Amino acid sequence: MSHYKINTMTYSQAVLNGDRLALTRLLTQVENDSPEGRAALTELFQHTGKAHIIGVTGSPGTGKSSLVNQLALHYRKSQNKRVAVIAVDPSSPFTGGAVLGDRVRMRDLSGDSGVFIRSMATRGSLGGLAQSTANMTQVFDAAGFEVIIIETVGAGQSEVDVAKLAHTTLVVEAPGLGDDIQAIKAGILEIADILVINKADRAGVENTERALKSMLDLAHPTEHVFQHHGQSMRTVAPVQGSSSAPMWIPPIQKTVATEGRGISELGESIARHVAHLTHSGDWSLREKNRLEVELDALIRETLVNQFMEDVSQQQYDDAVQRIIQREISPYEAMKSLMKGMLK
Amino acid sequence: MTEKKIRVLVAKPGLDGHDRGAKVVARALRDAGMEVIYTGLRQTPEMIAEAALQEDVDVVGLSILSGAHMALTPRVMELLKSNGQGHVKVFLGGIIPDEDMESLKAMGVAGVFGPGASTEDIIRDVETAVKA
Repeated sequence: MSHYKINTMTYSQAVLNGDRLALTRLLTQVENDSPEGRAALTELFQHTGKAHIIGVTGSPGTGKSSLVNQLALHYRKSQNKRVAVIAVDPSSPFTGGAVLGDRVRMRDLSGDSGVFIRSMATRGSLGGLAQSTANMTQVFDAAGFEVIIIETVGAGQSEVDVAKLAHTTLVVEAPGLGDDIQAIKAGILEIADILVINKADRAGVENTERALKSMLDLAHPTEHVFQHHGQSMRTVAPVQGSSSAPMWIPPIQKTVATEGRGISELGESIARHVAHLTHSGDWSLREKNRLEVELDALIRETLVNQFMEDVSQQQYDDAVQRIIQREISPYEAMKSLMKGMLK
Repeated sequence: MTEKKIRVLVAKPGLDGHDRGAKVVARALRDAGMEVIYTGLRQTPEMIAEAALQEDVDVVGLSILSGAHMALTPRVMELLKSNGQGHVKVFLGGIIPDEDMESLKAMGVAGVFGPGASTEDIIRDVETAVKA
């Protein structure tokens, strides 16, 4: 490929100066985990930590992309905030390729230099997806995008991990997709900060709402009746979605994204969540958790790479053979293979 | 470092609403391991160039069945170049008369795929162009 090489100093500086070509090139470097990408991330890191990261997750067919389109418009028009969108779609496990079609629903955002939409494929990663997405988020953060929306299908552990990157996670449902709530099947309901019922003009919306409410009640009961010294006592939990409450209970917001309905109310809900995170100290706690997860992943990866450099495939295969022959236990094999690394 | 994927923008410029061909090509390129960003219908050259930039693509495929290729193609190529993406390979698909081939090649179009083109040809030509 005939790409000219920009040295990393120029990449980072250019990105900080608002150069969109450098930004897009750096996003590619970072997605591919190149040495240039890593070097630039190191330089840009001190400029991160400002953006509000919003995750939008939910099954296909719930209208996530249309919702993201409207949410981005909301932040542009009402708050003049610069918005980056990372739209993640699955790669084919057989071919490694992908068709990334989320931009189709975001045509309202075209021509606006305060918006940047980037499509990402999951690339069949075994946990690498969350790291790539985190890195690309850092680039957008350093580049001055105040709101970063990450859209994922939310199916499978690696996508759940991506959803965990966000400060505020929206889980999107739609009526009539089947009797069960899709989000429950995918196991992502517990990470929701706000539940959105999109396509709320469709039949079945009351059922969907009722089902979500009962799931929430199971997780966060609003009333507790218990026995205390022989007497029945009743406690009532704080109001749903109140920013001053010690505990955040996910509110349910109804939207019709294609018509822009319910979007400003959703925006207000998100704002209340941000206020809650700040007041409760949760914002810094989540940041700390996220950075710890990132550091741990890097350490793990480096240790494994070191192991693979120190130990040849032959040595490894021989050890496996000895285990199969019941000559040594897996534990003994590990100690033998790692004796160079362990104290 | 993860392996580099070829990223292709498949775009429908202008008012032509026939997208079956574009979608067939998008899926074929996916099956060849590429990442294909599909823009949807009724794209202006400005929207196409903007998407090509944001997605840092290696290739832009324009699907045009309306006959407007001689007007749309130079505009897209001009915008790509002014955005610093002169290295991006541009392919055309759809209904392109033979007499326009010379002019299109002269503009720098990397290849033209008419209705008879096979997906194998398209995949091979795109891969060759990107490696060049």
